[in-house]
Amino acid sequence: MLENAWIIPALPVLSFVLILFFGKRLPKGGHEIGVSAVAIAFMLACVCAVQWVQRPADLEVHGPVEEHAAPGPMPHANAVAAFEEKEPGHEPTEGGGQEKEGEHEAEPIRKPVVREVTWFDNGQTRVRAGTHIDGLAVTMMFVVTLISLLVHVFSTSYMHRDRRYTHYFAALSLFTAGMLVMVTANNTLQLLVGWELMGVCSFMLIGHWWEEQNNSNAALKAFFTTRTGDVGLLVGIAVLFFAAGRTFDIAEINAAALGGDLSHGLVLAGAAALLCGVIGKSAQFPLHTWLPDAMAGPTPVSALIHAATMVVAGVYLVARLYGVFWSGFDIGGGGVNAVALVGGTTVLIAAALAFVQSDIKKVLAYSTVSQLGYMVMALGVGAWTAGVFHLVTHAFFKGLLFLGAGSVSHAVHSFDMKKDMGGLREHMPTTYRTFLIGSLALAGVPPLAGFWSKDEILLGASSNGYPIFLVVGLLGAVLTAAYMTRCVYLTFFGDYRGHGDPHESPPAITVPLVVLAGFSVFAGLVNVPGGEWFAEWTENETVLSAGVAHHSFSPIVAVIGSAMGLVGIAAGYAYYWRNLGPHRLTQSSGPARTAYRILEDKYGLDRLYTDGVVSAIKGPIARGAYWFNQRVIDGVVNGVGIAARGLARFVYDTVDQRVIDGAVNGAGMGAEDGGKVLRLMQTGRVQQYALFLFGAVVVLGGTLVLFTTG
Amino acid sequence: MYLNQFLFLAAFLFCVGVYGVLARKNAVLVLMSIELILNAVNINLVAFGLFRESVAGQVFALFVIAVAAAEVGVGLAIVILIYRNRHSIDLTEVDMMKG
Amino acid sequence: MFESWALTLVVFLPTAGAALLIAVPRRAESLMKMVALATTLATAAVGVAVLARFDYGATDKLQFEVDRPWIDVINSRYHVGLDGISLPLLALSMLITVLCVIYSWDHFPEPHNPKAFLALMLVLETGMNGTFVGQDLILFFVFFELVLLPMYFMIGVWGGPNRQYAAIKFFLFTLFGSALMILAFLALYFKGGNTFDIPELAANGGSIARDTQILIFGGLFMGFAIKVPMFPFHTWLPDAHTEAPTVGSVILAAVLLKLGTYGFIRIALPILPDASRAWAPWIGGLAVIGIIYGALGCLAQKDLKRLIAFSSVAHMGFVMLGIATLTDYGINAAVFGMVAHGLITGMLFFIAGSIQERYGTREMSRLGGLLLQAPRLAWLLGFCAMASLGLPGLAGFWGEFPAILAAYQPAPGLSEALFRFYMVVAAVGTVFAAGYLLWMYQRTAFGTAKKEFADAHVHDVHVPEWLAWAPLLILILVLGIFPGLIFGVTDGAVQTVTSALQAIGD
Repeated sequence: MLENAWIIPALPVLSFVLILFFGKRLPKGGHEIGVSAVAIAFMLACVCAVQWVQRPADLEVHGPVEEHAAPGPMPHANAVAAFEEKEPGHEPTEGGGQEKEGEHEAEPIRKPVVREVTWFDNGQTRVRAGTHIDGLAVTMMFVVTLISLLVHVFSTSYMHRDRRYTHYFAALSLFTAGMLVMVTANNTLQLLVGWELMGVCSFMLIGHWWEEQNNSNAALKAFFTTRTGDVGLLVGIAVLFFAAGRTFDIAEINAAALGGDLSHGLVLAGAAALLCGVIGKSAQFPLHTWLPDAMAGPTPVSALIHAATMVVAGVYLVARLYGVFWSGFDIGGGGVNAVALVGGTTVLIAAALAFVQSDIKKVLAYSTVSQLGYMVMALGVGAWTAGVFHLVTHAFFKGLLFLGAGSVSHAVHSFDMKKDMGGLREHMPTTYRTFLIGSLALAGVPPLAGFWSKDEILLGASSNGYPIFLVVGLLGAVLTAAYMTRCVYLTFFGDYRGHGDPHESPPAITVPLVVLAGFSVFAGLVNVPGGEWFAEWTENETVLSAGVAHHSFSPIVAVIGSAMGLVGIAAGYAYYWRNLGPHRLTQSSGPARTAYRILEDKYGLDRLYTDGVVSAIKGPIARGAYWFNQRVIDGVVNGVGIAARGLARFVYDTVDQRVIDGAVNGAGMGAEDGGKVLRLMQTGRVQQYALFLFGAVVVLGGTLVLFTTG
Repeated sequence: MYLNQFLFLAAFLFCVGVYGVLARKNAVLVLMSIELILNAVNINLVAFGLFRESVAGQVFALFVIAVAAAEVGVGLAIVILIYRNRHSIDLTEVDMMKG
Repeated sequence: MFESWALTLVVFLPTAGAALLIAVPRRAESLMKMVALATTLATAAVGVAVLARFDYGATDKLQFEVDRPWIDVINSRYHVGLDGISLPLLALSMLITVLCVIYSWDHFPEPHNPKAFLALMLVLETGMNGTFVGQDLILFFVFFELVLLPMYFMIGVWGGPNRQYAAIKFFLFTLFGSALMILAFLALYFKGGNTFDIPELAANGGSIARDTQILIFGGLFMGFAIKVPMFPFHTWLPDAHTEAPTVGSVILAAVLLKLGTYGFIRIALPILPDASRAWAPWIGGLAVIGIIYGALGCLAQKDLKRLIAFSSVAHMGFVMLGIATLTDYGINAAVFGMVAHGLITGMLFFIAGSIQERYGTREMSRLGGLLLQAPRLAWLLGFCAMASLGLPGLAGFWGEFPAILAAYQPAPGLSEALFRFYMVVAAVGTVFAAGYLLWMYQRTAFGTAKKEFADAHVHDVHVPEWLAWAPLLILILVLGIFPGLIFGVTDGAVQTVTSALQAIGD
């Protein structure tokens, strides 16, 4: 199955085509195709996972060569290894034998399964498309198909009787396909295909109810913002293509970046450009503004976007091309680097915003932004496994929370926590319990999934020499726990403030919640101290040859980390349930009011982008350019035309009619006038003629004499 | 000294002739003045011919005499015709060729 | 036998069809359509036979070559041939004409007169096909100019309210370029060994002194750049497109613009390698200005067709950027970009024409809710908008991205820093493209219909439209997934072009 992993993305693509063309004629409006295709894909992904775990670990990878002290062929070693295993039939040479300088003798890992076909030839470069299946890809496939399956099931009930039920499922299938294409890609171009495919699907799904201008605006905003980041991705792919010796192959690019042959500036440029793409897609500060707006789409879509696809694509990109980021930003060196900085800033900025939202989905959206910040920060501080692990656990509990929010809104027909919710724990017990589990997992309460992954991130930050980001992570943990407590309180406690009589949702909605709740509780156990299976399964050659450090479980960090979560919860509890602390602060204190306003205003970024950048380009700049076009360039063209016509008129009127014709006429008239004058001389008197004759003779004779003798 | 006298004579005759041609109104007198001019020329031709010891001058003089005879013939005929038409040979009145 | 006649047939069958059409009585309209369709189909059939018998292993060689004396006095020959660069464009030209005839089946623009309209279309096809196969400068020039006249009449007779102005502007603008171009051709004749033969000139061209080359290139540049059109010679394009009838716009966008870029690749680069090197930074600069500038122009538009016309300026900017890099990546991308732009923008113009036909307006502020009233049409518009903004997996991407890629490392001798700057600008241009296309889509397709059209009964896509559009849609998708279909054909021929450049440069 690992060789035939291409079937997994192909299934939802097929489902998309079938639903699009035949969905409307089917009794269930097309969801049967979508659900079954994704279900099969999920099963195949499970098969892949099992086969991967059973695959013998026979590839030995050696850590980085200690700086450049080692002479000669050493930097090539990794690249050579990467090339050789791509050749089918070539067994990986036991190259480790002669390379004793290799730093740590790491455990052997499973060899990635690569299957390629020629895609196209262009200018002496053969571009090969195919699948590159390693632990990371298998994990992602599993998570994506699982979440997607649950979202599909959930949607059959949630979207029931929707105007465009069929199209919705078609887009959902294509969305899943986009993510699967991306995670299985063996080259950056294919990755880009999946990446952009998700962009389009998010556009379709966020703008699903496009009759409302707000929804279509949100869709456009999502597409533009991510597309702005994609400038970096395009540039980055181009830079890395040439840097790695004219190849799009991800393994080769990683090997080249880690090989040490490339100038650091080049790798840095590539990594920085890619980081722009990550910032756009994974909604990192300062391009995070599209994500809360993307809540305009149907709730299950939000779950899919936030948990398993789209936004985690950026994180996946960093994880996949880790070699480039590692050497480009010198992640192993400690201190501060751009990746960690972007992630860390996002953690705090977004968490603060989550406090002022009254829309339950927006709280979760900012929470996602914040958690994505954790993942990026984890990758930035060199905690690769922690970052990927957090991606996985987050997918479970964030998917759970979004679907839970969907279930709530399904009952109360609103997303406003302050106006239309409250006290729902009695009306919707299953939703309440699962949502609570998700919140606790997100807050990092042991032993739920979020605790383990967050703990690893904090551990990585503290051990790899990034103390600032340890503080950021701890602070983020407090904030996360606090705003989730607020969210749970407003939704499920107190008195019901909405209309009607809310009921528990049907099984198609609650079953996915229960499944995800199960994963949220237990998923953390795959990487507990002592049995770090997750690390063993996912860590690939790039990570190992980069020399990502492993750290043993530290009880101190774990205790502090979970204590922070509990502090946040306790603070929330005290504030909301016990009514302690400074309530109505915004009315009594000036600075608090200002802070609240800034948060309400989302730091003004939205206004800056919408009113500042976009309006300026759409409005004055575009109009100015068009004015320039019509007045200046076209003015020149028209001016030339008018001038040519004027010149023609001048030539005709003046030159032709006056000068040339005038000369012709003038010759005639001149002759006539001359004749009139001369005829006066013609007196008819012979003697007068004779006088002229002699006079002329005298003149001529005189002249002759004068000149010949003079 | 030898040549000059002839030339002075010829010049004098020529000037008299020119005066006659330009000033007189009588057509016959004008014709006669033309003869004077021609004779002045003849004197010059003969004189130079002698001076240069060449017969060419005398030969030319003979030609001129012959042409002059013819010219006078034609001229007098025209004068007679004018007289017949206008009963006058005053040249100032003969301006029918006026442009 | 077939080899020696195929291209001549491809070029002159349409003319014969046009002659036949003139003999058809004025009343017999359906007969005229049949004749026109039969002619274009027959031409396309010959074209398919050519495609089938083309040797794809030797795309760098001229195939189906015919070389006969034509005008002995000036040593100009009837030399036609087909290589990997011409082939996709020839195929595009033949395909588009067939589809245009089908699309015209039951909507001829006013003032009707199908005989003249179809005859002009066929003459146009002769000109386009001839340009792509001509291997002699005079022959090329004749076909290049032959295209002008039918298009002039198409715009001037069947156009919109401002057609006179647009037609004359189009005609004079291009004619001005052609005048300089023919001067350059004459200069090539005298400097390049008294021949008009393109392959021969390509062999001799390098020997022309560099300064002379630069001057001659200037003449060629004016001729081709106006046709492309490059900033700042583009202003005829929006007017011509806005006023032209739908079919005219489609042919103009899909094929005519490519004559200019094709001229650069076929004539300017291989014959004048030194000058290409000297001009490349300027061309690249104008190309990226065109990308951004065309996009900004789009953002300011209220008229749907005019927006698409401006987007052509931006897209042709990518094509020219690819050419300006003088690398095989860049030129491959340029040829791909030409084909992709022909398919996508042709398709967009078809849709814009259909929208105008249904609503009687192209003002985007008056449109809206197309997805509700004509969902299929709106889906197609969305598909084409996505293709046009360079979505990977659709044809537009392979014209854009490889051009950006190539700009990272231009041919040796060109400034890397400058071209990398161009690369970033071009990449930013893709965001702008997303901007104006999606904004256009939002205003036309999303939302609900405005009051004036709220109760209008709008036909969704009907049969002639499906017939005319299906091949384009399929090609956009197939070429997007299998770019090798075009790269494989062009690659060999492009490498001979670039190797000529390399050989002289080093």
